[in-house]
Amino acid sequence: MSASGLGYNEQGGEAATEQGQEATPTTAPSVPAAFGLFSSDTKKNEDLKQMLESNKDSAKLDAMKRIVGMIAKGKNASELFPAVVKNVASKNIEIKKLVYVYLMRYAEEQQDLALLSISTFQRALKDPNQLIRASALRVLSSIRVPIIVPIMMLAIKEASADLSPYVRKNAAHAIQKLYSLDPEQKEMLIEVIEKLLKDKSTLVAGSVVMAFEEVCPDRIDLIHKNYRKLCNLLVDVEEWGQVVIIHMLTRYARTQFVSPWKEDGVLEEENEKDFYESDEEQKEKDQKVKKPYAMDPDHRLLIRNTKPLLQSRNAAVVMAVAQLYWHLAPKSEAGIVSKSLVRLLRSNREVQYIVLQNIATMSIQRKGMFEPYLKSFYVRSTDPTMIKTSKLEILTNLANEANISTLLREFQTYVKSQDKQFAAATIQAIGRCATNISEVTDTCLNGLVCLLSNRDEIVVAESVVVIKKLLQTQPAHHGEIIKHMAKLLDTITVPVARASILWLIGEYCERVPKIAPDVLRKMAKSFTNEDDLVKLQILNLGAKLYLTNSKQTKLLTQYILNLGKYDQSYDIRDRTRFIRQLIVPNEKSGALSKYAKKIFLAQKPAPLLESPFKDRDRFQLGTLSHTLNTKATGYLELSNWPEVAPDPSVRNVEVIELGKEWSVALGKAKKEKPTEKFYSDAEEEESASTTDTESESTSESEKEENGKEEGSSMENSESSSEELSDSESESKEGTAKKKFKTIEESDSDDPEKKTKMISKKKESSGSSGSESSSTEESSSDSESESDSESDVESRKPKNAIASKRKEMSVPERKASTKQDVSLLDLDDFNPVSTPVAVPTPAILSPSLVADLEGLSLSRSSVIDVSSPIFVPMKTHELLHRMSGKGLAAHYHFSRQPCIYGNQMVSVQVTLTNTTDQKLENIHVGERKLPAGMKMHVFNPIEFLEPEESITVSMGIDFCDSTQTASFQLCTKEDNFNVNIQPPIGELLLPVTMSEKDFKTEQGMLTGMNETSATITVAPQNSTRLVLLEKVVKAANLGVVPSGQDNIHRFAAKTVHSGSLMLVTVELKEGSTAQLIINTEKTVIGSILLRELKPVLSQG
Amino acid sequence: MIHSLFLINCSGDIFLEKHWKSVVSQSVCDYFFEAQEKAADVENVPPVISTPHHYLISIYREKIFFVSVIQTEVPPLFVIEFLHRVADTFQDYFGECSETAIKDNMVIVYELLEEMLDNGFPLATESNILKELIKPPTILRSVVNSITGSSNMGETLPTGQLSNIPWRRAVVKYTNNEAYFDVIEEIDAIIDKSGSTVFAEIQGVIDSCIKLSGMPDLSLSFMNPRLLDDVSFHPCIRFKRWESERVLSFIPPDGNFRLISYRVSSQNLVAIPVYVKHIISFKENSSSGRFDVTIGPKQNMGKTVEGVIVTVHMPKAVLNMNLTSTQGSYTFDPVLKVLTWDIGKITPQKLPNLKGIVNLQSGAPKPEENPSLNVQFKIQQLAISGLKVNRLDMFGEKYKPFKGVKYITKAGKFQVRT
Repeated sequence: MSASGLGYNEQGGEAATEQGQEATPTTAPSVPAAFGLFSSDTKKNEDLKQMLESNKDSAKLDAMKRIVGMIAKGKNASELFPAVVKNVASKNIEIKKLVYVYLMRYAEEQQDLALLSISTFQRALKDPNQLIRASALRVLSSIRVPIIVPIMMLAIKEASADLSPYVRKNAAHAIQKLYSLDPEQKEMLIEVIEKLLKDKSTLVAGSVVMAFEEVCPDRIDLIHKNYRKLCNLLVDVEEWGQVVIIHMLTRYARTQFVSPWKEDGVLEEENEKDFYESDEEQKEKDQKVKKPYAMDPDHRLLIRNTKPLLQSRNAAVVMAVAQLYWHLAPKSEAGIVSKSLVRLLRSNREVQYIVLQNIATMSIQRKGMFEPYLKSFYVRSTDPTMIKTSKLEILTNLANEANISTLLREFQTYVKSQDKQFAAATIQAIGRCATNISEVTDTCLNGLVCLLSNRDEIVVAESVVVIKKLLQTQPAHHGEIIKHMAKLLDTITVPVARASILWLIGEYCERVPKIAPDVLRKMAKSFTNEDDLVKLQILNLGAKLYLTNSKQTKLLTQYILNLGKYDQSYDIRDRTRFIRQLIVPNEKSGALSKYAKKIFLAQKPAPLLESPFKDRDRFQLGTLSHTLNTKATGYLELSNWPEVAPDPSVRNVEVIELGKEWSVALGKAKKEKPTEKFYSDAEEEESASTTDTESESTSESEKEENGKEEGSSMENSESSSEELSDSESESKEGTAKKKFKTIEESDSDDPEKKTKMISKKKESSGSSGSESSSTEESSSDSESESDSESDVESRKPKNAIASKRKEMSVPERKASTKQDVSLLDLDDFNPVSTPVAVPTPAILSPSLVADLEGLSLSRSSVIDVSSPIFVPMKTHELLHRMSGKGLAAHYHFSRQPCIYGNQMVSVQVTLTNTTDQKLENIHVGERKLPAGMKMHVFNPIEFLEPEESITVSMGIDFCDSTQTASFQLCTKEDNFNVNIQPPIGELLLPVTMSEKDFKTEQGMLTGMNETSATITVAPQNSTRLVLLEKVVKAANLGVVPSGQDNIHRFAAKTVHSGSLMLVTVELKEGSTAQLIINTEKTVIGSILLRELKPVLSQG
Repeated sequence: MIHSLFLINCSGDIFLEKHWKSVVSQSVCDYFFEAQEKAADVENVPPVISTPHHYLISIYREKIFFVSVIQTEVPPLFVIEFLHRVADTFQDYFGECSETAIKDNMVIVYELLEEMLDNGFPLATESNILKELIKPPTILRSVVNSITGSSNMGETLPTGQLSNIPWRRAVVKYTNNEAYFDVIEEIDAIIDKSGSTVFAEIQGVIDSCIKLSGMPDLSLSFMNPRLLDDVSFHPCIRFKRWESERVLSFIPPDGNFRLISYRVSSQNLVAIPVYVKHIISFKENSSSGRFDVTIGPKQNMGKTVEGVIVTVHMPKAVLNMNLTSTQGSYTFDPVLKVLTWDIGKITPQKLPNLKGIVNLQSGAPKPEENPSLNVQFKIQQLAISGLKVNRLDMFGEKYKPFKGVKYITKAGKFQVRT
């Protein structure tokens, strides 16, 4: 084919090309280009020129395709410029596109000719079709011809005001191009950027922030007004834009907010104490603590709005959020990113590499973040070496007293790896673990000594080097090891290792007085054949021995010094001269030689074995600089937190502009698309009605307040509460307090704290009146304010706003009660990735969504089964080892939904072999189950080694009764009768529901479905936290948020029948309480009541 | 951001270059070749290389290096992720991302690259939009094009790019409306010498093939959504809905795409469906060793384990292997020292076994470590985690679609240490 291709070229002309086309339609064009011999090049170009000048589009297209092929190969096609540029106005869209490609590549070289095309683009810029306008701008700005800078500037300005967001997006891209072509336009371009930053379209946001980063990253003031908008738009921006915006906002936040880290420790400590103290004291404490730090609501907004992005499919977005959390979030919250980062490790090699590096840096500072994922970093033999070493690095960083034994066992496998480079790295890692964790130093040392007899030299050498370092840290009693190593000198050849051994013998020559001189003798013999490194250490050894044991070694040392004197390397000659002067006293040597011994045998500090990632934290995570560990061009330093936060009011937006454009929204009218329709369009559409109400009221109140309270730059939290309109009944302090609570609330993931915080919130609500339940403060100042206003009139639109924020723009919500709003807000504080920790929220919103979207969802989906709040670790004995002839079995309830069946309770059985023989074929034999009960048994265990244990899971359907499940546990030889009787609390699955739903359900379950009792509550159980803890420990119940301080509600459903089980604890005066249980299953209800009574009344 | 892109094949030829800003000379790739030489094999070429004036960020896919040239600070994952997206797009367009496919479709490749980046910043990366802009080549189309002179350039303008649902084509019409979901779970595990599990977890994905007309709004619910511990979503999924109800609600892209990928919470114990019994030993002072591997099913919930392949990277000292297998066939590559044993289906009655003699290089020391076995297998109609799709509902369109769900469990990185 190639031959024919060339043939046609020589003939030239149209006929030829047409023939060619018929024969090989698409592939032909690129082939001749690929065969571009220089000689035929000119001829071929002639041919192409003719084709381009032909009348037929097909010929032109063909020619253009070949030219693009040439460009792609990196061949020069610039001489065709005049012929190509003529076709810029072609009607054929593909020819046009290819001409554009050509222009972008060569316009810079042929500036004069390129000007010919400009008028075409100028015309296209006025085209009614937005896509044509956009592409014209794209090409025009890509032609790097300085003469047209003014034209470009004009075009950009016009495009930035275009009605189409797509054109505006392209304008944002054009800004960067113009800036790189002519930096003098900076000022004008910044004006355009400022304008585009105000844009509310998600299409534009990413591109304009990119332009901002490239043109004027230091103009942080441009961001202020747009900060909140960017935070809110973030979820809907396309993924690439998200990365850029997140990185920019990280930098921004570091200049604008005060550090959330300093107070962290104090706060937590304080909370810890609260736990044990009585309520009064707690309140006092709260007031004290409140002062030091309250997170700016804008700061919180950013952290909250980026969280969903951890679920992105794009690794870059996940990493960007992770670094944002690392650099901005309170330390207790940063942990939530680890799960997502670990997920990225399943990705491609390159992604793994970058993510592992970042995790390595993180794991040095905050071990706890990745400890639960330790096993995810285990190395596979098929991993590339660079991945292996990074994983090893992380494992080493995560090592602590608790996991070191598992890790060392894992390391043993690695040491034997065929990849010797990795094996050597593992030895280094073992060394580091040994120095960091003193408990295992001896074990490691012994292990390393064993490795000395390894067959592979690299392994031995590395071990020697590491042992040397270890011995240095604790030289006390290791004479034996040194002797052993001295013997190795005969066999080992790696210079570093030999040098290390010699150094050790020299340093501790007094501990091995007999061997040391002998070693020196041997080394003197082989001196001339040694590596330079080794020679230096021989000299060293000689000198040290001369000083300590000159009787035996004087002659030997002098011999060596003589050898050194005539060595080829000047380093060695130099050292020899120096040592001779120092140790051998003669008339010339000065006072120094007196101190020779002190100089040589001084106590040397032990080397610190540190992670190579130690100093990487000076770079922002996720950046190129971090990966390279050097500052890359254009790296923007992350500033330190300011001592005092700059005025937060700069971020208040005055009036939200009316969105002009109605982009072509496909299916925008559809009801069920809350997520994507909300931010970009809905806001614009409805701006007239709701959004404006908000903004205007804000701005008005702002104006008023600013007039009154000028110059009142107080503490962060307070000043923000002050700019708000002040007609409400609440005191400033109260607002500040509430804010503080909110922050706390989202501070942690673990259930315990959560509940604690809820209880705290309750108190605050008690103190600041009923208003405080509608805490909206987190989203924006204006809203928190307006919500707590007692003005009924203004509430309606406000609520609408609130619900809009939740991406459900539905008017019915206007009538919603205060309670609902507060719950709605809580919803946003949920840690995304830890549903387990969320007893309270995520409850109302489902029903909301259901209402709003007009979907008829059944009750069961509203009242959703949630994860258990507490998983008891208590195990019950199934089979004692004495009666089981050495087989011991325990079981516990994992409180997880059973995977074997929906009506089953999952039971984890741990089998332990306490005999000294293998137990074979452990399985479940005959079952004696009451009618209706079912059981899913574990698969037979083939054998259990002595002293080993195995955990298997079973599923048992107890039919909502506490009847015993009896069955036989069999081994190869014996059968044992065992039985499992479930505590009543384990027959339940926790559900989440709202207080409202709870009450409705409770209303339906009265009369004989209700059992109640009055009990005396032990004083220590009267705090909310303790009470919650006790109850969920006793029974697998879900916590229902409660508006009242003294009433606690729990909900669950039975595993088998799914009947609701509602538990209410109402604390009364004088340490009594009313315990009410509503359920259809009255029997279970009364048993549960009986079981809960002692739980609450006993301490 | 991204300045230029070079595509380099394994023999070091630069067969495509594309510049989005001013032209960067090919010579910049010399730094890359240098690094490549230093690394023992392609897997170990560092993804980020620093040169005096530029930074090179590269990925390796299908025997092609995608080397991008960067001039200023940029998150490296941004570039890596984008390059993979480019490779995915090629795969999507040409069926394979190979050197020949790219060379054969040079013009389309160039047009694609032009659309995907503007001034080095990603512009259109969604395959649905790209396909509207540039139609993928088919044999039929290229014949038609050559006769009628029409092009593979989209005639209609890609309105999807402007919409709120940038991942979906505008006017979709099918005569048969179908929606298929493949729930694919992979077991990653490390099994130690004694057969106990060092580490095991389940990673799953739901790949969808959706051919539905108009603008359907789907919601997919699970019987047991709490199993999903950590999930990442296609941008089409409404996050809030998942948060509150654990329902996947979305307007799907047209065609094939990955809906979610997830990890099953590690609290649940992972049932390992196969066990391996192995005796691999090398005798001291003798140039031979023993190799005996048996594989059997375990806890497979009544399903057959099929497509079983065992791969072993033998130590360097191994010269040859003389083995007999009771089932399947084995090959030993004496250059790469890789033993592959293709077993197929496991029948519990007669467990497949492979045993025989390993010949070592005479004089070479006995290998330190026994090689680890990599096992692949497949179990149809089973999601090992127990995940079950409950129902799929469609809103917004009148017709009744054909729905299908398929479950497959596979071995992921499944390694048995010996």
